Amino acid sequence: MELWFTESHTKGGRFSIQVDRHLFSGNSEHQRIDVFESETYGRFLALDGRMRLTERDEFIYHEMLVHVPMAVHPKPEKVLVIGAGDGGALRELAKYEEIKEMDLVEIDQMVVDVCREYLPGTASGLEDPRLKITCQNGLKAIRGMEGEYDVILIDSTDPFGPGEGLFTKEFYGSCYNALREGGIMVNQHESPFYEEDSRMIQTAHKRILEIFPEVKLYQAHIPTYPSGYWLFGFASKGLHPVDDLRDQAWQEKGIQTRYYNTRLHRGAFALPNYVEELLKDVE
Amino acid sequence: MRDQNRMPIMEALQEVRSSRVLPFDVPGHKQGKGNRELTEFLGEQCLSVDVNSMKPLDNLCHPTSVIREAEILAAEAFRAHQAFFMVGGTTSSVQSMVFAACKEGEKIILPRNVHRSAINALIIGGAVPVYVNPQVDDRLGIALGMDPVELEQVIRQNPDAKAILVNNPTYYGICSDLKRIVALAHEQDMLVLVDEAHGTHFYFSDELPLAAMDGGADMAAVSMHKSGGSLTQSSFLLTGERVNADYVRQIINLSQTTSGSYLLMASLDIARKNMAIHGKEIFREVIALAQYARREINAISGYYAYAKELINGGSVFDFDITKLSVNTLDTGLAGIEVYDILRDEYGIQIEFGDLGNILAYLSVGDREPDVERLVTALADLQRRYKKERTGLLDHEYISPVVAAGPKQAFFGKKQSLPIEETEGRICSEFVMLYPPGIPILAPGERITREILDYIRYAREKGCLVTGPEDMGISRLNVLV
Repeated sequence: MELWFTESHTKGGRFSIQVDRHLFSGNSEHQRIDVFESETYGRFLALDGRMRLTERDEFIYHEMLVHVPMAVHPKPEKVLVIGAGDGGALRELAKYEEIKEMDLVEIDQMVVDVCREYLPGTASGLEDPRLKITCQNGLKAIRGMEGEYDVILIDSTDPFGPGEGLFTKEFYGSCYNALREGGIMVNQHESPFYEEDSRMIQTAHKRILEIFPEVKLYQAHIPTYPSGYWLFGFASKGLHPVDDLRDQAWQEKGIQTRYYNTRLHRGAFALPNYVEELLKDVE
Repeated sequence: MRDQNRMPIMEALQEVRSSRVLPFDVPGHKQGKGNRELTEFLGEQCLSVDVNSMKPLDNLCHPTSVIREAEILAAEAFRAHQAFFMVGGTTSSVQSMVFAACKEGEKIILPRNVHRSAINALIIGGAVPVYVNPQVDDRLGIALGMDPVELEQVIRQNPDAKAILVNNPTYYGICSDLKRIVALAHEQDMLVLVDEAHGTHFYFSDELPLAAMDGGADMAAVSMHKSGGSLTQSSFLLTGERVNADYVRQIINLSQTTSGSYLLMASLDIARKNMAIHGKEIFREVIALAQYARREINAISGYYAYAKELINGGSVFDFDITKLSVNTLDTGLAGIEVYDILRDEYGIQIEFGDLGNILAYLSVGDREPDVERLVTALADLQRRYKKERTGLLDHEYISPVVAAGPKQAFFGKKQSLPIEETEGRICSEFVMLYPPGIPILAPGERITREILDYIRYAREKGCLVTGPEDMGISRLNVLV
């Protein structure tokens, strides 16, 4: 028997993972949720048929989402994560003792429940005592907030389906407003490689630029995401992602990582020419 | 009661499609084969039923089989005596009502905030308007409904009028006391015509204001394509017992196409079924969504999403709570500015913005996350653009002075003058502010300083001014 999970990465390009067992399938109010077991990538979670994370490479995504802003912000005490029901981002955040409060806003309770049952490696982050989980629409959760957070992480799905609202100007504007002075917002920014996705990157980049004074993109290599090459957005109320990087302070914390280090942090902001051009078009 | 699950026109079209009859009739695209680009754009399914009237499909001008059956089903669904399938938009429904009720020179009583289509009917048919002054809500800057006390006085002064036209609900959701209006009108043998363009859903929910046919109105124009879900330009004209339906059909046939689109008719048929079977639950959801959005919007400073608290027993008898009308003046922004910013910067298209208000249209197609986006965008927009509340007009309604009949003025001998020199003259054309498409000047009305100032101001605020022959609106035609 050969069972394969296949996802279209672009028109005419597909990515497949051989599946050993289908562990879970269910429809929540918002989306279809599936968990598969595979030999090559371990267990993996798919939302509406789009691969969301695999046990094998999720560390790259989550470390890059979390440690980049955390190594820049001088005193991150209150952090908000939007849309990370799998818990991976929270597992990384939990490594910081200086964080006093963590809020997670995930629209879909079923994602949280399913990850707790089937993906303990990431869901371990959901059990930290500093964490408060709210199951709610991300836009609704933050639209009235003023100066609440030091860091906001947007761990959204793709910009269609339930994650759509998290790529809008109204959302970024609300994030700006919910950040304290010196606050940082980091969002997963999709892949620039395929044309249909690169347009979305331009739109999102333009919207963030209109709101935040300091905006830079950085990259990571994530094998199971479309094209294997991924961008993150760093937007702040003033801190520069490289000039204000606190190398030594971060290293002294002794945080264990498998992908992130502060040398890579600097390099991650050096983008390929084609990406720079893409961004320049809207800057 | 017939089975509302039936869709006679759609069923007949399916028959025709599967019968594969060789078409040597119009339309010339021959079920799409003659226009590849069009077929690729709209789809083969769609083109294959864009057909002409033929034996199994009945004839819109003289319906005896499937269209007739569909009309009867629609009449039952809307609790009307008769229902007509209209393919020229609700404009054609409104005009047919007016033509059926009033001949040339006869009076019709109507509120000023009627749709342009009604006044156009007066230009074509020659009826003479008597306007009921709608009261204006000073805070919101919108015209309200028809106050029966005011109407009673107008009826007393014009006992010879043939009909009363009411727009119910208004674009903003304001409803009038239809039962009282009908009682007053019928006492004097006047017909009640209801422009119900924005009230299709009233027939399918008991949580909403009274529908025209239930209130005893004689005719109603229902925009099935708005809240009912049919294709744009399709509409129903409903008639009650006091009206001779065969005469109404003759009137409709005076101007309606003889090549009625089966796409439009089928869409009416399908939408009617959907409303009759699922309308109640659909509108329960829409109401819940609208109420939720109102609460959330009212929690943002500067906006006022109004609803039933406006009810005063007279000019606001009831309110359509599916309408999400929001006053923006306390943000310091005109409604039209909010409308533009939402579209240009947030990628959100709403129904309209006037000087002080916006309307977001909620329907069966909306989901909660979409509403969250709209509310969040309004919050973000307010934070970033709010200004001091200054320089915004308090009044939107200017009482018209009718100096000549619309037909006489429109077709009369006229001259073109620079707009600033027209004060005191009689206008022979329309000046419309769009949105929401209510005339500031109609043919036959005297031009005043106040009106000229208002036109200039509205243009500065970004309203589209249309109607005059001179599309740049630097000149106006006036009667010699």
